[in-house]
Amino acid sequence: MSSTAAIQVQGLVKRYGTKTAVDGIDLTVESGEIFALLGPNGAGKTTTVEILEGYRTATAGQVKVLGFNPATKGSAGQKWRNQIGIVLQSTSDAADLSVFETISHYANYYDNPRNVDQVIDEVGLREKIDAKARELSGGQRRRLDVALGIIGSPQLLFLDEPTTGFDPEARRSFWELITTLKAEGKTILLTTHYLDEAQALADRVGVINNGKIIEIATPQTLGGRNNAPAKVTWLENGVTNQILTKDPTTEVLKLSQRFGGSVPELEVSRPNLEEIYLKMIGELR
Amino acid sequence: MNTLLETLRIGGLRSRIELKQFMRQRESVVFTLFFPVILLFIFGTVFKDTIAPGVTFSQYFVAGMIASGLVNTGFQQLAITIPMERDDGTLKRLRGTPMSVSSYFIGKALLVTFLMIIQTALLLFFGAIVFDLNLPSDPLLWWNFTWLVLLGSACSTVLGIAFSVVPKSGRGASAVVSPIVIILQFFSGVFFVFTSLPSFMQQLAAIFPLKWLTQGMRSVFLPDDFATQEVAGTWELGKTALVLLIWLVLGLIFAIKKFKWSRE
Repeated sequence: MSSTAAIQVQGLVKRYGTKTAVDGIDLTVESGEIFALLGPNGAGKTTTVEILEGYRTATAGQVKVLGFNPATKGSAGQKWRNQIGIVLQSTSDAADLSVFETISHYANYYDNPRNVDQVIDEVGLREKIDAKARELSGGQRRRLDVALGIIGSPQLLFLDEPTTGFDPEARRSFWELITTLKAEGKTILLTTHYLDEAQALADRVGVINNGKIIEIATPQTLGGRNNAPAKVTWLENGVTNQILTKDPTTEVLKLSQRFGGSVPELEVSRPNLEEIYLKMIGELR
Repeated sequence: MNTLLETLRIGGLRSRIELKQFMRQRESVVFTLFFPVILLFIFGTVFKDTIAPGVTFSQYFVAGMIASGLVNTGFQQLAITIPMERDDGTLKRLRGTPMSVSSYFIGKALLVTFLMIIQTALLLFFGAIVFDLNLPSDPLLWWNFTWLVLLGSACSTVLGIAFSVVPKSGRGASAVVSPIVIILQFFSGVFFVFTSLPSFMQQLAAIFPLKWLTQGMRSVFLPDDFATQEVAGTWELGKTALVLLIWLVLGLIFAIKKFKWSRE
């Protein structure tokens, strides 16, 4: 294991009675990396993440988060929380407090908080600064959650399904925020149901199913995606033609020669991350 | 020492934010702060009798209502709102921050104390102007009043935190907690003169703090010779302090050991 790793997990097991939720996971997330954990509901994602966050204790295995065992109780555990930020799944707390009141109150908990006004700008809630949490839209509410996750200037940020219920525009601007945080050198562990989100943000993705990691790879190479046959489609005689090929460049050159220049409605595509992912999950069912 | 001060400071900040949230929920303000005053009006207006020479029922009732106010603002309020905080994610979010658990408890205790002061002031004020409640002039009685309120608040707070593990959900919490409080009020001599209750009720009530608090408050607000009409023939203040202390310690141990941050 590398010494710069933000998260190190070896042989993690979590059982509830006879049910095994997490069944021997090994995982390393490097410092400064955005790592996305993908998997269907009930696959063990949330259990894994909540063990890393210190909410649950492992049945077996080694867990180190920023060099610390998150299950440590008492004041050492509280101190460690200065360095992590947690954005939970949907919440509805502090409904009667304004955006400013909540964020500035939470800033008090940390040794080294970020500037409250700056955080409000970063998450784009400037116009809603005096609005009560209950008056915010779903997307704005989620931004408040993110603000509370980053107010303590954490080294490591956990994002649990951060954009569920966002419209496409809100999702885009959320992605920009995450990219900014990465540029500041933060490590981010993300769980998501949206494959395009993982593709846009993550340096690496891990697919988890039935409590086991199936594969860890970059979004470009997951499931052999980089070597998967590409689909070339074009229009000829009013009909859309398509072929699957390992060597799309050659096919396109051939077509170009045949048409004597540009090929009508030419498209070259590799299977997207979602198709690969669904295939991976499907094969295991 | 530094961490202790920090814990207290954050506890103070928590009580401020808790109070802000409390005051913004109109139903909680009415239910917790004004309900005892409303009850005082109803009971004081309906029962105009004198229960002993120079002692009206409303006077007896004010003493009981101040005591049960301690149960309302502490035990009842916390045993209902903490499960709600467990459901809406407040507790989980707090758990993920460096805030110490003690600060959370301190914030709750300060909130209860503050609400208690407001509520008691309201009861005394309306009791005095509407029902001619006699306020004690002897400083010793005010001293008794003070320690009864402080010890009662502390006891009520820790028992509320301890009991918050019982309701399965925030939505159902009120249905679990409120009947217990109302039955306790009936048994403990808040709505009726305690000595007129069947003896099994009296004995049952003597296990719980509310009976002792109401009796203690009567020692403050009723003439001293009324003590002869109590079950033991005296005010039993020493025993009251002991019972409250035992509940306080038991509640504290249970609250610290069993507090639930999440539903599962």
